[in-house]
Amino acid sequence: MAEQHGRQSALAGLGLDAQARISTRGAGEAGVRLGERPWRAQLALRGDPESEAFLTGVESVLGVAPPTAPLTVSSRRGVACLWLGPDEWLVTLPDRREPRAIARLEERLAGLHFAVNDVSHARTVLGLAGPRAREVLMKGCALDLHPRSFGPGRCAQSSLARCHVLLHQLDAEPAYDLYVHRSFAEYAWRWLCDAAAEHGLAIVAD
Amino acid sequence: MLLIECPWCGPRDEQEFGYGGEAHIVRPADPHALDDAAWGEYLFMRTNRKGAHRERWVHSEGCRRWFNVVRDTVSHEILAVYRVGEAPPAAGRRGE
Ligand SMILES: [Zn+2]
Repeated sequence: MAEQHGRQSALAGLGLDAQARISTRGAGEAGVRLGERPWRAQLALRGDPESEAFLTGVESVLGVAPPTAPLTVSSRRGVACLWLGPDEWLVTLPDRREPRAIARLEERLAGLHFAVNDVSHARTVLGLAGPRAREVLMKGCALDLHPRSFGPGRCAQSSLARCHVLLHQLDAEPAYDLYVHRSFAEYAWRWLCDAAAEHGLAIVAD
Repeated sequence: MLLIECPWCGPRDEQEFGYGGEAHIVRPADPHALDDAAWGEYLFMRTNRKGAHRERWVHSEGCRRWFNVVRDTVSHEILAVYRVGEAPPAAGRRGE
């Protein structure tokens, strides 16, 4: 595990806490709320979706089994397993739970064909929510996010304004988690701020 | 712009994909047994078909999987999509 003291979130340079103090007053009327949700532990998990031993082994450690239906998320008690591909998932956990989760997965899945890697530092999470959040995404993302084809508990990888993004819809308001690579985070943030301005944007703290 | 149906993710914009050329080109089992002409045939020669063409695409921005597409090279209409290892559907055999 990397040194944890003195770590900075991907958007630390933007002074978002101060922006949030100024702007949350209007959060109730804002069409869109945006905030960084840093420090989520993330694991890249690979394994055979046809293997019962793999699926139940993961479930016994994390409390959630890797979903085998494409573009779905299984989540329980702060742990989520996002489908990335037929044999690939992103596991998200509360901060600092990753070392123990990796050790237990390696112990429980020993002998099976699998891989688990800590990728917590690769991406940060941008929280985008509010009645106009979908309109904002539609400006830069070709995914069909209409409720008839996308909704809570669904995830998809795509591009947002040419930036690779993993999108996870949390609820029907709608609220989304946007996983973006750390080096693209400031670009994505500024693009979202610009795209959301016309709808009334409130910056919110995590 | 093409709308390509990924076998796992469903219909997605062409921008999310990469193109991998003609499908079902099999690497010779023993390359050392080939003369230059036969090796050149394997490396460079393609059917360049007018009409239904079987080709590989990868969903780079999505699930990162390779799969096969049958595309009409005249109209760009996508006639079929199938996974690696699956037999080409009838549409892809037209003109063989
Ligand atoms: Zn896909």
